Amino acid sequence: MDARIGIRNSKNILFKAVIVFFAFVVTIPLIIVLLYIIKQGVMQVNWHFLTHIPAPEGEKGGGIANALVGSFFIIIIASVVAIPIGILTGIYLSENPGTKLSYYTGLCVDILQGVPSIVVGIVVYFWLVKPLGFSGFSGSMALAIMMLPIVIRSTEQTLLLLPPSLKEAALSLGVPYYRVILKVIVPCGFAGILSGIILSIARIIGETAPLLFTALGNSFLSTNMAKPMESLPHLIFTYATSPYDDQHDLAWGASFILLMFVLTLNLFTKFITKKWNIQL
Amino acid sequence: MENNKRLDLSYTQMKWDTAFKRILIFISGILLVLVVGILITLIIQSMPSIKALGIKYLWGKVWDPVSNIYGAYPFLIGTLLTSFTALIISIPFSIAIGIYLGEYNTKGWLSNLLKNTIELIAAVPSIIYGFWALFVLVPIIRTFETKIGVQPYGVGVFTSSIVLAVMIIPYAASLGTSLIRMVPSPLKEGAYALGATRFEVIRSVILPYTRSGLFAGILLSLGRALGETMAVTMLIGNTSAIADSFKNIFFGPGNTMASVIANEFAEADHTLYFSALIELGLVLFFVTVIINLIGKRIITKYTNN
Amino acid sequence: MEHTVISATKFNAWFGDNHVVKDVSIGIEKNQVIAVMGPSGCGKTTFLRCINRMHELIPGATGKGSLKLYDDEIYNMNPIYVRYKIGMVFQRPNPFPNLSIYDNVVAGYKLNGLKVAKAEQDNIVEKSLTSAALWNEVKDSLHKKGTFLSGGQQQRLCIARAIAMEPEVILFDEPTSALDPISTASVETLFHELKENYTLIIVTHNMQQAARVSDKTAFFYMGELVEFDDTKTMFTSPTDTRTQNYITGRFS
Repeated sequence: MDARIGIRNSKNILFKAVIVFFAFVVTIPLIIVLLYIIKQGVMQVNWHFLTHIPAPEGEKGGGIANALVGSFFIIIIASVVAIPIGILTGIYLSENPGTKLSYYTGLCVDILQGVPSIVVGIVVYFWLVKPLGFSGFSGSMALAIMMLPIVIRSTEQTLLLLPPSLKEAALSLGVPYYRVILKVIVPCGFAGILSGIILSIARIIGETAPLLFTALGNSFLSTNMAKPMESLPHLIFTYATSPYDDQHDLAWGASFILLMFVLTLNLFTKFITKKWNIQL
Repeated sequence: MENNKRLDLSYTQMKWDTAFKRILIFISGILLVLVVGILITLIIQSMPSIKALGIKYLWGKVWDPVSNIYGAYPFLIGTLLTSFTALIISIPFSIAIGIYLGEYNTKGWLSNLLKNTIELIAAVPSIIYGFWALFVLVPIIRTFETKIGVQPYGVGVFTSSIVLAVMIIPYAASLGTSLIRMVPSPLKEGAYALGATRFEVIRSVILPYTRSGLFAGILLSLGRALGETMAVTMLIGNTSAIADSFKNIFFGPGNTMASVIANEFAEADHTLYFSALIELGLVLFFVTVIINLIGKRIITKYTNN
Repeated sequence: MEHTVISATKFNAWFGDNHVVKDVSIGIEKNQVIAVMGPSGCGKTTFLRCINRMHELIPGATGKGSLKLYDDEIYNMNPIYVRYKIGMVFQRPNPFPNLSIYDNVVAGYKLNGLKVAKAEQDNIVEKSLTSAALWNEVKDSLHKKGTFLSGGQQQRLCIARAIAMEPEVILFDEPTSALDPISTASVETLFHELKENYTLIIVTHNMQQAARVSDKTAFFYMGELVEFDDTKTMFTSPTDTRTQNYITGRFS
């Protein structure tokens, strides 16, 4: 009897050891990747690197200003399109559960969330690039499509958590519905909606595949949304796969910057959600 | 405020209310148009290939744009092989994380730290994993391949699978964590009261209870793996020919549906070639959407019970 | 009939197929406190929520029959205007968590985008908070968030918010059921003062409260208005056996 309990106990301990090992071992590759990128990238980054465009092939020096500016513009336009549509759709879904439209819209959000980013790139190519040519704007639209599901779901879930009494309080004062939503419900759920937006930006800032056939890339600094535009992830892709070491250095530096953006945005989301006690 | 003025205002506000509700409906409709639009665009653009090649396109073994021969089989094999290998590697890790964060250590700084770190794995852009692996992992794999006596390409299905495995762990892990946390404590306490050890409780109460949910998490991970483009494109070696033996397929270079689109879309110079690539996108779209929807359906069903 | 503010004739309400208010006819006079009581699920809250058309906000909820504010059919009026004329206080205190105490009181103006001069706004805030017996407690912290107050204070803040709109009628949906005894007492004392300027309709499941605060009491049972009379008469010599059973605690 004692022996059997002994065996059961050792099984118990062994199992826990295995679980702990497997759970923590996963962090090792992440740490290795992060440290490696920091090590390779941090030396590249200086003022010159941030303010100059890449040097011609085979030459030393140059920077990634074209990609920084390009990523900035592409993401701003993507946000301008995706955020209002996302928030309003999120409001509709949280306000009208059970309607036919909200069922199908919710289904579409789920579908969109699962669509591989390369497929989004193909589709936007046909919608915008074929008729109008490669452009920063078409890249923005592809990324906006990627942002939408995250903004919609985070808005919907945040608003569903608000107590219905809040809406009733405002309505009972003779406040019209649209003002109740815009002046009470949305401000009260602001933190949750905001963290969804930041999370969606963190997600698309590193997206490369949808930009391959849309924004294309540009070795020169351009702010013209109607023309091809460079972006951080696309620059990394092009230079990482090039044969020149100088270009690899540029790509390491760009990876470091991209990683910092992603980490900052994620930390920021964590900070807001923690401070406001919101679950996403 | 005078009643009449207020009454007038009420009527103006009612009009705004109606307009606002219409705007909400209209905007939500955009999503439907978007998704249907994506589907229709893919179908229309792959029509030339569907008409010319028919269903046998899917198991055609040769992809040779120069001779205008298109078969998707190499990419189907490449995609399935990388995704399922990655999935098999990732499952023990994601389930272990789920059990650790969901049962052993649900609160406190260590639990939070691990949880945030796992989420960070999903946050790092795939291009960065690809870049890192190309310069660090590929040489290591090359040495390994020399040792086990296969052609030391370094890049290929095997390398892609390892990187992919790391990238997809968070999806199943975070879902697993929250589902295991949702197991009602009376169930667990009942087993403890009978003298079960924690391991026995996990094996005979928690895992059976969360089985369908864990399966859904694994499906979501699979959906990610199938559609993942950039890291795989950088690591798989981009060869459309199928090697002669399984060993060579597994360790040698290949192509997935996503990677062949990423590589060849820009250079496709005639309609059939172009269209055949888009048909790959269409297949990818259907497969990932169906896997995701099944996963989501299981989760909804599970959390509602 | 001059004095009748709210009158219902054969009024019915449904949730989908569920008939919850049946042929209710009642006349409520100005400047009185009316208690509406009955066992849970008897339709009293639904009837209350029909009066300011909050009932219809629930999908599938409908109302039919005549329900009037003075001479106007409430169901033919603009619902926004109805809710402006008929205020409401809810079961749980629900001040706006994103607004200060001050802004909570003038929320009805602010959220409607109505421009009110600062001096007049100050005046409204002081007057309403005084009427709600809250002014002395919060006058030094008007710009703190309303959610920092205690439950009883929050409920009086919600009353001040309703008063600020100067409605004809204020509806109370079990206003003290989430409050402790001391806060309950402070809210009940308020009812006596408020009825000088307003008509109050209070849904309560607490018979003692109905007896303490109201001039007239309505008893609802299974969706019907069983009896409506002076509170004293009602509690001493009810005419209907169902009322008698309820008062003597035979069912609840």
